[in-house]
Amino acid sequence: MSALEKPSVLARAVKAVVLTVCCAAVVVPFVGIVSTSLATREDVTNAGGFVLIPRSLNFDAYQAILSGGVVTRAVLVSLFVTVVGTLLSLTATTLLAYGLSRRGTVLHRPFLLLVLMPLLFTPGIIPSYLIVKNLGLLDSYWSLILPVLVNVFNVIVLRAFFMELPGEIIDSARVDGAGDGLILWRIVLPMSKAVLAVIALFYAVAYWNSFFSALLYLNDTAKWPLQLVLRTYVVNQSQLGVDQLGAGGELPPAEAVQMAILVLSIVPVLLVYPFVQRHFTKGVLIGAVKG
Amino acid sequence: MTARTGPSRRQRFARDRFLVLAALPGITLLVVFHYVPLLGNVIAFKDYQPYLGILESPWVGLDNFDVVFGGDPAFLNALTNTLVITLLQVVVVFPVPIALALLLDSLLSERLKRIVQSVLYLPHFLSWVIVVAIFQQMLGDSGLLNSFLREHDLGTVNVIGSPELFKALITSQVLWKDAGWATILFLAALSRIDTTLYEASAMDGAGRWRQLWHVTLPGLRGIIVLLLILRLGDALTVGFEQIILQQAAVGAEASEVLDTYVYNNGILAGSWGVSAAVGLVKGLVGVALVLGANKLAHRFGEQGVYQR
Repeated sequence: MSALEKPSVLARAVKAVVLTVCCAAVVVPFVGIVSTSLATREDVTNAGGFVLIPRSLNFDAYQAILSGGVVTRAVLVSLFVTVVGTLLSLTATTLLAYGLSRRGTVLHRPFLLLVLMPLLFTPGIIPSYLIVKNLGLLDSYWSLILPVLVNVFNVIVLRAFFMELPGEIIDSARVDGAGDGLILWRIVLPMSKAVLAVIALFYAVAYWNSFFSALLYLNDTAKWPLQLVLRTYVVNQSQLGVDQLGAGGELPPAEAVQMAILVLSIVPVLLVYPFVQRHFTKGVLIGAVKG
Repeated sequence: MTARTGPSRRQRFARDRFLVLAALPGITLLVVFHYVPLLGNVIAFKDYQPYLGILESPWVGLDNFDVVFGGDPAFLNALTNTLVITLLQVVVVFPVPIALALLLDSLLSERLKRIVQSVLYLPHFLSWVIVVAIFQQMLGDSGLLNSFLREHDLGTVNVIGSPELFKALITSQVLWKDAGWATILFLAALSRIDTTLYEASAMDGAGRWRQLWHVTLPGLRGIIVLLLILRLGDALTVGFEQIILQQAAVGAEASEVLDTYVYNNGILAGSWGVSAAVGLVKGLVGVALVLGANKLAHRFGEQGVYQR
């Protein structure tokens, strides 16, 4: 805001306090979760359950959940669904957005209509479930991927971006004899890296966080992704026994194990976030303004 | 189409074959997983028997809709909860990102602004399971709040498991998760306001608050109306994942909403037709609300979701 007068000291103090409180509300829980995951039994008892300030660095909990067993398997399932799903989604979304990015091509209008309508009408839980069931996808990892492979909103964002690219470059390539495929590969994609990164992150986060589809479509608990394991053993507080953990011997405190699973489910998001974060505004805005 | 001069349809297909082929996989998936399930809504008019299949199950007319229009108590409870939660989200949650965006926008240091934004956007990318787990750690029985209260002999508060606090709890979870992220659109709208307007209003003697009222808020009006319309379309859709995760602790009376009702009665209890009917009515009401709100927005001279 281009205020012509300097804000008063009081206003600045209030601002500082409000923003600090907001940021603390996000940061403090993370610190607590990490500290608890590293805590020893003694730490946990002293703190009454949840450790806020780290007193020790004890990786037993991580060792217990990562050396085979329920959690390890769930991490692998989630990784598989996320990697395969994101790659397929990104490919299908890019191709669809590119196919719709030029006006006046054959089938442009009917295809565009097909893509836009889902924004208004959503099919509902029961019919969606029945389709997945009738296709024989229940208890298959594809049930977590195929129904959400194309996100209409992402298609619209990407299409808007493609349409804004300078037409002269594309036209000159066409004059030089390049077909649509070559133009996409050599010109359009290299110019769209930032938006593609944001869309890839949106898809990856959606797959990694996918809980509802897994709850609906996977009855077989052995196939559960991380989010469902998280619900069972952290939110519902079921105890993980020796037989569900990989490590033998004495178990680390239950609180530490729970928080270690939680950390494990957050870390991948934290790893990708900084690289993509600065492009957010671009990706979100094109969709909001042009869509 | 036939009257236009230029390439024939066949020639146009040949010319655009790459674009058509490129679009096909995505279109196919949308048809299979979106349009076909829309047709699958016919089971709302059938007595669906899983072993007979959708086509063979007998028609029952509008019988499945009796629950909706006959005012079944469980349905009414779900409807009431849904509407109360929507109301809370419009009144309590909606204004917060606007205030937060104004606050962020008024920061003079670009660097500080970016740091705060990075922190506040982050929870949006966490799943509901994680958010619920985090809230349990903070407010649960052995969580941070109660440990603190116990240490100082202040008794304990049961925030997680009490039906009376449930709606406040889920509202604060929504705030924690998405208030920061929602500022992104408002910040963009703020950055587009013509700075000369501020200078002109300052010339006319407007203080900071008058500037806020006469320049900033009108500049945000378009996006506020747009987001309110979209929110209205989702009036009957409130956090399915968030609620299903916490339903066991507080019971159905406080926590059942339309989506959980459909899930619990349809998928879990097997009354497919009735649940599909509820889902269908819910979807139609949502569409009607968006279209109606959009019309209203046009009447007030706003753009709304689409232009006419």
